[in-house]
Amino acid sequence: MFNFYLLSSVLLISLIFFFLGNNRAKNLVKLNQKNLHSLTHYYGVYSLLASLLPALGIFFIFTICDDLIFAELIKKHIPKEVVASKDYNFTIVLAQINNSVEGLIFGTPPQWVTNAAEIWISWIHKSQIITVIICISTALISGFLGYKKISGNFRSRNAVEKIVMSILAVSSVIAILTTIAIIFSVVFESIRFFALIPYDEFLFGTVWNPQFEGAERAGSGQEGLSQYGAIPLFAGTFLISIIALCVSVPVGLFSAIYLSEYATSKERAFFKPLLEILAGIPTVVYGFFAALTVAPFLRSSGSIFGLDVASESALAAGLVMGIMIIPFISSLSDDVINAVPQSLRDAGYGLGSTKNETVIKIVLPAALPGVVASIILAVSRAVGETMIVVMAAGLAANLTANPLDAVTTVTSQIVTILVGDQEFESAKTLSAFALALTLIIITLGMNFYALHVVKKYREQYE
Amino acid sequence: MNNKFITPLEASDKVKKSIAKRRAKDNRLKLYGRVAISLAVCFLLILFYSIFSKGYSGFFQYYVTLDINFDRERIDPKGDLSDNSLFDGEASKIVNESLFSIIQPQGRKAKKQAKKIVSSGKDVRIAKMVKNDPSLFGTTTKVKFALDDDIDSFLRGYIKRETPESERRISNKVIEYIDKLNEEGRISYEFSDYILSGSASGNPEMAGIKGAFIGSMLTLSVCLLIAFPLGVATAIYLEEVAKKNKITEFIEVNINNLAAVPSVVFGIMGLAIFISIFGMPRSIPLVGGMVLALMTLPTIIISSRAAIRAVPPSVRDAAYGIGASKLQVIFHHVIPLAMPGMLTGTIIGMAQALGETAPLLMIGMVAFIVDVPNSILDPGTVLPVQIFMWADFAERMFIQKTSAAIIVLLGFLISMNALAVYLRKRLERRW
Repeated sequence: MFNFYLLSSVLLISLIFFFLGNNRAKNLVKLNQKNLHSLTHYYGVYSLLASLLPALGIFFIFTICDDLIFAELIKKHIPKEVVASKDYNFTIVLAQINNSVEGLIFGTPPQWVTNAAEIWISWIHKSQIITVIICISTALISGFLGYKKISGNFRSRNAVEKIVMSILAVSSVIAILTTIAIIFSVVFESIRFFALIPYDEFLFGTVWNPQFEGAERAGSGQEGLSQYGAIPLFAGTFLISIIALCVSVPVGLFSAIYLSEYATSKERAFFKPLLEILAGIPTVVYGFFAALTVAPFLRSSGSIFGLDVASESALAAGLVMGIMIIPFISSLSDDVINAVPQSLRDAGYGLGSTKNETVIKIVLPAALPGVVASIILAVSRAVGETMIVVMAAGLAANLTANPLDAVTTVTSQIVTILVGDQEFESAKTLSAFALALTLIIITLGMNFYALHVVKKYREQYE
Repeated sequence: MNNKFITPLEASDKVKKSIAKRRAKDNRLKLYGRVAISLAVCFLLILFYSIFSKGYSGFFQYYVTLDINFDRERIDPKGDLSDNSLFDGEASKIVNESLFSIIQPQGRKAKKQAKKIVSSGKDVRIAKMVKNDPSLFGTTTKVKFALDDDIDSFLRGYIKRETPESERRISNKVIEYIDKLNEEGRISYEFSDYILSGSASGNPEMAGIKGAFIGSMLTLSVCLLIAFPLGVATAIYLEEVAKKNKITEFIEVNINNLAAVPSVVFGIMGLAIFISIFGMPRSIPLVGGMVLALMTLPTIIISSRAAIRAVPPSVRDAAYGIGASKLQVIFHHVIPLAMPGMLTGTIIGMAQALGETAPLLMIGMVAFIVDVPNSILDPGTVLPVQIFMWADFAERMFIQKTSAAIIVLLGFLISMNALAVYLRKRLERRW
């Protein structure tokens, strides 16, 4: 609430400067009969930005920094006995203090925690006062300086445009920042994981059985229970993706051929969006469908043939995932097939070939790179898909090629490990980051490869 | 060797013979195409059928009508209608007495079983009624109460009368009571007033999607407020302002890569950056919205760029010609013309965000939260996560409720996509 009031008053001040600047420019025109360089409202906007931006910048620096500074300062207020004790952990102490600052008190905290919290609260008050004074005065002073600048010779439009341009440039950097954030968050934790578990054990081990260290320590004397061999997860992901492809490639490809070559334009306009609905359905709905409709159906029909189908089977998850990625293949392939120049088809017809021969022997080979790319993209979609496998494929890390068994995948393990509370230091939690790293590498690799295929093998027409 | 020359007559004969076969091949390919499309459409229909046939009944549930004597002394002992006073009151007891007067259970055990027929939300219901309308006090009114989920499942036929008592979730006695209530015409099957206005609850008969729905809206508004300005600004910068150099190329590659990153990875990033490093609380719509914004950013940027590119250069040249500056060209001409395309892309991105589950699981929006979130800083959940959670519960009635929640979610997604299509059709310009 405090931040809200502060920000709105800063905004109000800068709005006042907008009107002041605007009026001053108008008056200049009236009094001196002189031509200004820019339209009057640019002078107003300039004063507004001059007062708003520095104040906002200072505000954000203050709000980000104050917790960090407090955390550093509070160290002095932790008694020496506590620091010297064996199980001293600053993060935990800090969390204790923060909790009592926010009024979340569990049991009776030691006296020094309460004291530290009181000091912390007094700092918050002080820093609030300082922030208010500095922000408001910055807004006033820099706004006033901007206002002072207004004169006939001042090129306010150029100045405003420069600022807006830099705002645009900064926002385009967010995409890079996101990528960096993803890479940092995943790579650093993965490095910590590989410090605990050697990477060859992770990549080539055949048993996946993560346990919390706490559980091990307290557990039934089963030391070294945890095993982090990711091969079963990769195998499970691979199996489910293969099943999904077996459904989606034929259906998607034949649909694309039919839509682009045989269908009337009315049929096309009807069926193409209909297929694309499949891509718009949330994955959690597919997961629900797989777990509650497809899996029981497979189980009961399996028992008719005397097959023992697990209630959570790779087959159910794979089939439903195949349905989900049909539109990725059909839509993209359809676009690619459509892009093959009509002259190639006409040449084929001119030689007396039937439509079938034209499609199979001329159009498809010409469109092949695009079709392959669409399939690769669909695979990368399948590999990264989470909810269907979480809900329908199970959690048992079986190393099996039997589609009727329960398998688990990279994504579903990430979800199971990271949902709920976790201790950030344990190998189990960190293993999720290592899995995520491999997932990113696989999907991005496929993406790059797909683009590469398209670029390299694209036939140049015309 | 087979390369002897054949006369044209022989050739045409050969072609004639083969032509039926070739035609058949052609028809076969056509047939395969038709089969493929009908399969895909079939899948879609089966999916919708299985959801709708289950979900339709999720909007309804069984109620029992009881005569309640609104005795102020007993319901509101302090007489001030405060939560405390109503909590101290004996509302449930009154309901039970009214129920007992009809079915007349004998003995303590029978009474205990009979109490469970009416949902445990009965006292809350009475409290709500008297708060809304204190004039009820002193009257005897017919009030409808939800039945317990097991009874509901029994009335729907999922729990069979024929099943031996030991394997059934409800006893013979209770079935007897229900028959009695049914004979008196006190049981009715009506539109559920819990599904749309209730929140998460462990009792399936009282569970509703209001909390998740509001959480979804809060999360989505955060997502929109961050992703739309950022996405549009980035698209403008890349298309109109930036020179083509190494840096802009790098940004472009980055954006395309982000579009390919699996959604669950965005959740991991949110967990590691927002929650672990910045120390933001778990389960709040603000963090959820931020994660979803980063996820939908590539979609918005890519479609906005396409929309900007579709504005013909002649428009820009005309504006430059009459002396507009670069920014004036962009903000006065290009953006208004590209807006429909940008909005379409944004709506599609928002629809994606509305249906997304996995990244929100990572940042803890999967917690069991009964309260409806009031702001973006209150812990909450969202519709898809609610669906995921309900799908895991064992009670039979949750299947219907889950399907009903899915129908609501799909309804929203379909209307958002329809809006996008409409906007595109309506505002599309041909140059």
